[in-house]
Amino acid sequence: MGMWGLYILVFFVAVALFAPLLANRSGLDPTCACTGKPYQAPNFHFPFGTDNLGRSVLTLTIWGARISLMVGLFATLISMFIGSLVGIAAGYFGRWPETVLMRLTDWFLVIPFLPLAIVLASILGRGLWVIIMVIGVTSWPSTARIVRAQVLSVKTRAYVERARALGASNWHLITRHILPNVGPLIFANTILTVAIAILSESTLSFLGLGDPLSISWGTILEFAFNGGAAGAGEWWWLVPPGLAIVFVVLAFTMCGFALDEILNPKLRER
Amino acid sequence: MSDAVDAHRIAPADRGRDPLLEVRDLKVTFAGRLGLVAGLMGKKATDARAVDGVNLTLYPGEVVALAGESGCGKTTLARTVMGLEKPKVGQILFEGNPLRGNLREYRRRVQMVFQDPTAALNPRQTIYESVAEGLRIHRIHRSGDGLAEEEMVARALSRAGMRPPQRFYLLYPHELSGGQRQRVVIAGALVLEPEIIVADEPVSSLDASVRGEILKLLLGLRGELDIAMLVVTHDLGLAWTIADRVAVMYLGRIVEIGPTEEVLQRPLHPYTKALLDVVPEAGGIDRPFLTGEPPDPTRIPPGCRFHPRCPEVVSGAVKTAGVESKCTGTDLGLVELAPGHSVACHLASAAGGRGSAPPPD
Amino acid sequence: MTVLSVRDLTVTYKTLAGPVPAVRQADFDIDRGEVLGLAGESGCGKSTIVNAIFRLLPKGTKVGGSVELNGENILEMKLGRLRAVRWTEASVVFQGAMHALNPVQRVGDQIAEAIVIHQQAGEREALVRVGGLLEQVGLPPRRLNDYAHELSGGQKQRVMIAMALACNPSLVIADEPTTALDVMVQAQVLTLLKELQRELGLAMLFITHDLSVLVEVCDRLAIMYAGKIVEEGPAVEVFTNPAHPYTRALAAAFPSIGDHRFRMAPSGLGGDPPYPGDVPPGCSFHPRCPVAFDECSVTDPQLYPSGEGRRAACLLAKDGATLAARGE
Repeated sequence: MGMWGLYILVFFVAVALFAPLLANRSGLDPTCACTGKPYQAPNFHFPFGTDNLGRSVLTLTIWGARISLMVGLFATLISMFIGSLVGIAAGYFGRWPETVLMRLTDWFLVIPFLPLAIVLASILGRGLWVIIMVIGVTSWPSTARIVRAQVLSVKTRAYVERARALGASNWHLITRHILPNVGPLIFANTILTVAIAILSESTLSFLGLGDPLSISWGTILEFAFNGGAAGAGEWWWLVPPGLAIVFVVLAFTMCGFALDEILNPKLRER
Repeated sequence: MSDAVDAHRIAPADRGRDPLLEVRDLKVTFAGRLGLVAGLMGKKATDARAVDGVNLTLYPGEVVALAGESGCGKTTLARTVMGLEKPKVGQILFEGNPLRGNLREYRRRVQMVFQDPTAALNPRQTIYESVAEGLRIHRIHRSGDGLAEEEMVARALSRAGMRPPQRFYLLYPHELSGGQRQRVVIAGALVLEPEIIVADEPVSSLDASVRGEILKLLLGLRGELDIAMLVVTHDLGLAWTIADRVAVMYLGRIVEIGPTEEVLQRPLHPYTKALLDVVPEAGGIDRPFLTGEPPDPTRIPPGCRFHPRCPEVVSGAVKTAGVESKCTGTDLGLVELAPGHSVACHLASAAGGRGSAPPPD
Repeated sequence: MTVLSVRDLTVTYKTLAGPVPAVRQADFDIDRGEVLGLAGESGCGKSTIVNAIFRLLPKGTKVGGSVELNGENILEMKLGRLRAVRWTEASVVFQGAMHALNPVQRVGDQIAEAIVIHQQAGEREALVRVGGLLEQVGLPPRRLNDYAHELSGGQKQRVMIAMALACNPSLVIADEPTTALDVMVQAQVLTLLKELQRELGLAMLFITHDLSVLVEVCDRLAIMYAGKIVEEGPAVEVFTNPAHPYTRALAAAFPSIGDHRFRMAPSGLGGDPPYPGDVPPGCSFHPRCPVAFDECSVTDPQLYPSGEGRRAACLLAKDGATLAARGE
């Protein structure tokens, strides 16, 4: 299962990387001579049809992969950084830092994501980096909880005790013993979070909170929806970006679970 | 079995030398925990007095065994000596200086060997990294006699019986047997050239045929490097095999301490006698033993803490000696009844041991 | 009367790395009222023997030989018969009593369950019998209303013993029954087991790595090494006067207090027990054996008679003497 996820991922990453080779960027510009008539169904010239401005949906989807994956990746990095930091600090130090950090985590966990993201996006304005920040800042709590739980268990292992008895400092214990043993979990969690981040990006863009200047799968869907594609039966405008989202999210999830199985010693017992 | 390490034997409690480690009136408590319901009903949690007033001295090159049932505080005492638990009251003195604040230097000179070597080694570190870790923590790049890190690691591994050491550098703990892992843990301690090794049940998780080799190794280190050892064990047979002195703990206190031959062959405390009675012996199952459960450190009885289970109380010997009220009412410390052999028992004190009690040192 | 008769039992596990022989030609009998101790280190195959007796081995495991319980070969039983036999004719006291009890069911009900399942009684009648069983193992009968967390470790192990006795088996297998217990409680549980065994005339197979415990409880001892029984005989004699060098090394791990031969002289074996899939040729013990000679690396010794009712698989014991008698 994990292998299929990996194949799908490799495909989409390749599409994103080689977008300039696969489709002409000027195809995103409605004024380009390369655009065709609006609302064309799939045909030889435009395999996925065209949108309301006559742009090729294939070109849009290919270039959209770049933005969607990029947002997913950077948002996840931010989320992982905060989540791991909070989780490790809370789990390792315990006492009042743990209480404070975990209450903060709970607070972020129970706030409904969408309203918070909408509020943040509308305050900070619309832009790619704003979207990344918003997703990153709101998606770390579950990571923090998982990491903390793992740290709590690693902390009591005898080898941590041994290192402490050897005279190791907190910094040494965290970097040499805690982090290497929590790392795989963080990594597996990263993969799963990327899926959530891509989905969040699509949601926010679809709601019109995305960056109007950069085309992502979410913004294509937003344009299509505003353009009345659903009512007019222009399925070719909705299906390609929609399927792309589904497949990428599915692929990341599959890889995440597969990794979890490989890296989680409890599931690996022979 | 003629390979006795007689040459390494030293006089028990070698009083000619200054003590290396002294534990004075040590008390360690753990905060009690309450269930939700009990908490709501306004009950108060009782603290567990894991170590409840222990005095102990360790001389250079001496092996002292700490014995007792689980829950008697022997492991907590060892961990406190290691600085892994904080004492509530009392002091630990190393070479006469009380420990406080920065334990860095102390932690180089006092090392620990753990019960389960599999758990005590980080599964993601190679053997070399595990052994060298202490050196890196203490930023020791060159030993006193001018060895580089790699040479120090090699020396520690071969001293611990892993020869040739280079063969093991890049292996991971799961590639070794239990006995080899314990040798790696010991090498990790040796590399810092400690003066004391605290060993918590060092062989109880190992296969029976391997145990002797590890004990031989520990005794050999004492002989070769003059390392003092505090060995925590529930196994009096192990104490008999390697210890110069035995300290028997019950409910957070040492109730009897003295030279191994004395304590194990001529025990004075009824608890020590009971512990010796339950050591399995060929052919004998019908022997007296203490009834009841292991004691609870949250509820320490008044008077002698052993009196509710004491067979001497049950048998009436205490009444005959006229110390019954003392046993149930007066808490007592260790009294030296024979040279170097001290006991906390009203009955034994009343009987006067086997000779006059010289003044305690 | 022989209750359990194991003949030529051979168990080979199927693994990714190929077949792994865990038990090789094990051969022993247990009579009514007799306790046989099976000793050996981790991986020597003693737990595999228990699983073979109960037919609890993983699928694909090859089992050879025969295991006869009261004259019936367990290895050839139909499944229905096997289920009926488990617990009514042979039962187990496991190690780790802490985890073997269901935390949300009263212990009385758990014991009664075994009785009811085997259709020996209705529920009410079963509970009455449970009360009697608890009394037998030294617990007040009202304890049947307790949950596992209300019992101490020793009490839980007593409940496990009551459970093993619930259907009046003729064979009880005690698999490391005192390993997790404290010294004082261990003595209590051992005494109880021994008393019950005598009282009920049970045949008992007692398994542990702790030789000193076995010597105390067992009539006879069988020592296993690398899947084979290497020595067998009356318990005290095997322990105090071993015929196999491995037995001698094991016995030395449990020194007798007061015996000055052990004082400051720990003794053990170099090396480690072999991995079951990688047993050395010849005598499997020869690489660690302090008295091995050339032939040991070639000839795999059979169990030779080594005295009255004793057998040892050592070339040195071929002429029927113990190690001490030969001055080794």
